[in-house]
Amino acid sequence: MQLQCPMPQLDFEVITLGHGSGGLLTNRLLDAGVFSLFHNDQLDQRHDGALLSFPGPVAFSTDSFVVSPVFFPGGNIGDLAVHGTVNDLAMCGARPQYMSLSFILEEGLSMQEFWDILVSIKFASEQAGVQIVTGDTKVVERGKGDKIFINTTGIGPIHPRAAIAMDRVAVGDKVIVSGELANHGIAIMSVREGLTFETDIVSDTRPLHQLVQTLLDTFGGAIHLLRDPTRGGVATVLSEVARDSGNGISLQQGALPVADGVAGACELLGLDPLYVANEGIFLAIVAPEEAEAIVATLRGIPGGEAAAIIGEIVAEHPRQVVMRSQIGGRRVVNMLAGEQLPRIC
Amino acid sequence: MKFIQEFRDPELVEKFVNELHHITTQPWTIMEVCGGQTHSLVKNGILNMLPSQITMVHGPGCPVCVTPLNLIDKAVYLAEEKGVILCSFGDMLRVPGSKRSLLEAKARGADVRILYSPLEAVTLAQKHPDREVVFFAVGFETTAPANALSVVHARRAGVTNYSILASHVLVPPAIEAVLEDELTQIQAFLGAGHVCAIMGIEEYYPLVERYKVPIVITGFEPVDLLQGILMAVRQLEAGKYALENQYARIVRPEGNPEARKMIEQVFSIADREWRGIGTIPQSGYEVSEAFAAYDANRKFSVQIEKVPESSECIAGQVLKGLKKPVDCPQFGKKCTPQNPLGAPMVSSEGACAAYYHFAAAGIAD
Repeated sequence: MQLQCPMPQLDFEVITLGHGSGGLLTNRLLDAGVFSLFHNDQLDQRHDGALLSFPGPVAFSTDSFVVSPVFFPGGNIGDLAVHGTVNDLAMCGARPQYMSLSFILEEGLSMQEFWDILVSIKFASEQAGVQIVTGDTKVVERGKGDKIFINTTGIGPIHPRAAIAMDRVAVGDKVIVSGELANHGIAIMSVREGLTFETDIVSDTRPLHQLVQTLLDTFGGAIHLLRDPTRGGVATVLSEVARDSGNGISLQQGALPVADGVAGACELLGLDPLYVANEGIFLAIVAPEEAEAIVATLRGIPGGEAAAIIGEIVAEHPRQVVMRSQIGGRRVVNMLAGEQLPRIC
Repeated sequence: MKFIQEFRDPELVEKFVNELHHITTQPWTIMEVCGGQTHSLVKNGILNMLPSQITMVHGPGCPVCVTPLNLIDKAVYLAEEKGVILCSFGDMLRVPGSKRSLLEAKARGADVRILYSPLEAVTLAQKHPDREVVFFAVGFETTAPANALSVVHARRAGVTNYSILASHVLVPPAIEAVLEDELTQIQAFLGAGHVCAIMGIEEYYPLVERYKVPIVITGFEPVDLLQGILMAVRQLEAGKYALENQYARIVRPEGNPEARKMIEQVFSIADREWRGIGTIPQSGYEVSEAFAAYDANRKFSVQIEKVPESSECIAGQVLKGLKKPVDCPQFGKKCTPQNPLGAPMVSSEGACAAYYHFAAAGIAD
C-alpha cells in the first residue's frame, strides 16, 4: 500500500547546501515539502516549538535512523522513522500522540527521493494517529552523510491499565512474540551492495501501538513487560531481560515463528534469525494464565497473525537465556557481539 | 528448507545418540576438523548429548583463525598506505592485526568492503578503473575455486586493476601436522565435508593407512555430525581404521573436477604459515606464475615486519586440539569477541567464539 502524492513543480532537482541555510531556499524546501504535506494546529503556527499539554502521565522517546539503503523492500527510512518511535512509545504502554521530525540531508539528495520519503512519513504518521508538531532540517556537504538521516521524538499518554516494568517479570511468566522473526534484517541485506540476492522477503516495518492498545484494553496488568526486538534481535532483548530481571529464560527453538524464505536466507548467509533485526514485532512477558488468550487475541489482529508462545521465565539458570534446540540439545543464547552487518535501522 | 530439516530430525538424532551410548565402552577422543562442524556441534547443543567417554576436540579448520598476522598487517597496509579498495569476507575484517584490524582501518578512513563473492570484487574493479581492488582470498579448498574463478574472469574481461591476496590453506597437511604432534590425543577425525565436495576423498587414504586412524568425511547438520561420530566410534570400538564417507549426498569420491581444474589453473601448492601453529610444508595455495599479474603479493612488493603474537593467546594449542577454549586463562576475561586477543575468538567458525557465544562451557543450573 503506497499513498500517491504528486511532487509539486520545483525549480531544483537536488538538495543543495543552501536548503539548510535557514534562508530563502530553506523556506522554499519546507513550503514545497513539509508544509504542503503535513497540517495541524501546531505545525501551521510555524513556531520554534510546539506547545503541548497532557492530563496525565506520558511516555517520551527518541530515536535516530541511518538505514542503508534508504529504500528497501517493504519500506523506506521515512516509514521506519515513524514506526520506530511509535513502537518505542507502544512498548512503554503509551499511545503515540505527537512527534518531532528532524532531517539531516546530504547535499545532492534528489528531491524526488526526499519527496517519496516525506510522503511515506505522512502516510505512516496518519496511520499511527500521531501528529508531527515540530521539526528541523539541516544539510551537510556531500560525503558527510549518507543521503538522509532522520531523528524522531515521540510523546503520548500512557494507557490507564498499563503496568509495564522489569520488576513485574516473574517466574512462570510466558514469553510471547507477536510475529515472524528476522524479516526486516533479511530484507535490508537482500539489497545491500555486495550481497544482492533474489527474494520476495519484505521488511516487517509497521506500527505496533494498535496491537498493544488492544492487549492493554483486554488484559491490562497481565502484560508485565513489552520490548521490540530491533537491533540485536530477539536474542539480545531476551538476554537483557534475563540479566536485568535476574531470572532465567527458557526458549523453545521449535516454537519460533520464522518464514521459510527468511530461514533459507539465514542458512545461506550464516545468520541466526534470533539475532537479526525486526521492525514490526514485539516480545511480551505475560502472566501465564492469560498467555493463550493473549496469543489468540494477537492472531486476530493484522500484524499479529503469527504470534506464538516461545518460552517462559524460569528460576533455573538465573540471568541466562537457554534454548532447547529443535533436536533436543540445550544451549545458552547470548547477546549479539559486535555487528552482524552494518546499519539496519 | 527441504534437504535441511531432514537432517535436524529429532527422532533420528535420538536414535543416533542412543546407539552411541549403547556402543561406547571406553574413552575416545575425536577431532572435527572443520570450524563449521564445531559451530554446529556447539550451537545445537550436541556436545552435551554425547556419552561422557567421548571427547570432541576442535580442529584447525577455521581459515580466518589460521591466516597469519603478517598477512593481515599486509592487507591493512595495502588499504591504508596504497589506497586500494580492500575487499574480504566479513569475519576477516574483525581479526586483529599487530596494530589494528581491517575494520579499524575502515573506521580510520581506509576503503575496506565486505563482500560475499570475489566476483563482486571484479565488478567493483570494473566500476573503479582508476583504483586498485584487492580481494583478501581466505579459505580452505572450499573457497579456492571461486577465488580462482575471479582471477580467470578478470583476465578474460581485461580487468587489470584487480588482484588477490591469497591465504589458502589445505586440510590434509593440517591433519598430518596434528598427528605428527607428539602431544596429540586424537584417535579419529571427522573430515571436512565441504572441502571434500571440491577435492574428493582420495588424498585421505594415505593418512588413514600411515597413521592407522579412522577418518569419516562428515557433513554439518546435527544428524550428519552424530552419524559421523557414530561411524568413527564404531571403527574405534572394533579396532579398525578406514576412510568412510558419511556425507555421500554431497561428496563424490572424485570431488568436483571442474572446480579442481579451476584451482589447478590459478594456484600452485606452496609452504604456508598457519597462525598459531607455524609453517606446514606444502599446506597452502599461492597464485601461480601464469597469473602473477593478479597476485597482490607480487603486484605490491611490500615487506611487512613480522611481529610476535600476543603471548597470552593459546590459539595454537586450541587449533591443534591440545587445549579447550575454556582452558585459556584469558577466555571471556581479557579475550572476548568485542576485544579478541586471537583469531579463534573472532571468526564464527572459531572454537573460542563458538564457546563464548553459546556458552558451551556450561549452563548455570
